[in-house]
Amino acid sequence: MEWLKLIGILVVVVGFVLKFDTMATVVVAGLVTGLVAGMSPMEILETLGNSFISNRTATLFVLTLSAIGLCERNGLKDKAVDLIKKMKSATTGRVLAVWQAVRTVASAFSLRIGGHPQFIRPLINPMAQGAAVAQFGQIDEEDEDRIKGMAAGTENYGNFFAQNCFMGSSGTLLIVSTLNEQGYMVDALQIAGQSIPIAVISVVVGVIYALLFDVFMKRKYAAKKGGK
Amino acid sequence: MEWTLSKIVAEFFYCVIGLMFILNGVKALKDPGLKTRVGTAVFWFITAFTFIAGPYVPKWITGLCVVLMACLTACRQVKQSASDVPTAEKTRENANKFGYWVFVPALTLAIVAVLVATFWKSLGANNAIGVSAVVALIVALCLFKEKPGTALADGIRLLDNVGPVGLLPQVLSALGALFTAAGVGTVIANGVGAIVPEGSKLAACAVYCIAMALFTIIMGNGFAAFSVITVGIGIPFLIAQGADPVVVGALGLTAGYCGTLMTPMAANFNIMPAALLETKSKYAIIFSQIPVAIVMLVIHIILMYVLAF
Repeated sequence: MEWLKLIGILVVVVGFVLKFDTMATVVVAGLVTGLVAGMSPMEILETLGNSFISNRTATLFVLTLSAIGLCERNGLKDKAVDLIKKMKSATTGRVLAVWQAVRTVASAFSLRIGGHPQFIRPLINPMAQGAAVAQFGQIDEEDEDRIKGMAAGTENYGNFFAQNCFMGSSGTLLIVSTLNEQGYMVDALQIAGQSIPIAVISVVVGVIYALLFDVFMKRKYAAKKGGK
Repeated sequence: MEWTLSKIVAEFFYCVIGLMFILNGVKALKDPGLKTRVGTAVFWFITAFTFIAGPYVPKWITGLCVVLMACLTACRQVKQSASDVPTAEKTRENANKFGYWVFVPALTLAIVAVLVATFWKSLGANNAIGVSAVVALIVALCLFKEKPGTALADGIRLLDNVGPVGLLPQVLSALGALFTAAGVGTVIANGVGAIVPEGSKLAACAVYCIAMALFTIIMGNGFAAFSVITVGIGIPFLIAQGADPVVVGALGLTAGYCGTLMTPMAANFNIMPAALLETKSKYAIIFSQIPVAIVMLVIHIILMYVLAF
């Protein structure tokens, strides 16, 4: 009957897959798990309340929002666009590689520069497509889709793998509070520090991938020309 | 409760956060266009109560508050209210005025946090985040010559933007605590113990990282996967075997993100942007990301093995 205790995990999985309200899903999973394990309702509420209070650290990012909001009001995103437009890169791969590096650094410093609607659609994708057209003339629809996929990907790599380098990011604070709750005293500075290697590696991997894409495109369109 | 300097500063910051929650609730009440304004306001007031008064009331009351908050979000009573959003013309005009100086307060935020955490150890790394927020805010106010009221309104606007999901990490940590109290970790550990060869550290790293990615693929959410898999696998098979908890935690979450890159469940990152870019295939972004995700996952396993032991 020990396996019955895993019901909470089932609740989380089903709740997230069916897109139920996230907060309610997590709380229900906790309540059900406690009941199955034979805890009294009072014990469950006490455990829940106690850890909610001690994990208020996970919500510290709220303090940083005022400064960030003021920067946005005063043109943070506009200046980032200006900066990117200055870059004169000849190939699709290089455009993507440079953007990923910029996005990664921004993410590590918690600068909210990025987002598919704000940067990829209006700026990075057109630049990457433009570079391909300038280099190879007409490109087929399949490759247009590939470039779009690559452009959207750079945003995600930079965002995901570097965000924990900032001490106040919610991911970093989640790691700290989860481990503290389990009795391991780590702090945000340590987690941010140990998040740097993988952020650097992600740029290297992304840049290699982007430059390989250039090689792929060159071969494909050179072969096409040769065939004609 | 012992009132050390670090504790007093921490409680002060939690009160500030609580006040921001209250103001966000008031903003909802003042928005006649918002149908769920009462529910939304009640949600933020209860959350504020837990942040400000939580340590001084019996723990079960806070537990009950969390259940009430979940009821409100489950009934879709918590929505975003109208905010004063700066127009594109306005931000462009400001950008021309301030130039690249606009990056300064944002950089201050990250740099001051690291400096304070490094050189003022008795204050604690968590408080360093709050201190950096105050310093960055002062820098921004002086640089942009904005009124403090604008700063507050902007902070609340972004808070409302994030919404109740911003509390998810905190609620997930509480779920982790309940899992531990109920002995869920032990059950998973016994099950996984049958698969992992005894004493093989590399195998343990691989199982943890792959489980993080798989759970994230299924749920579409790396945060939720982290609290479940770290309690169930990360702690018994890695940290309890002598792995550095800092490395396991830091790499564990990003290993989960390798899963995020491969799943349509993470619609915000993979499906909606595809629609935005008008790709022919709905999955164009995922296909493009799979090679990078797999390479990164393998690197995570090796890096964890090298750095944690």
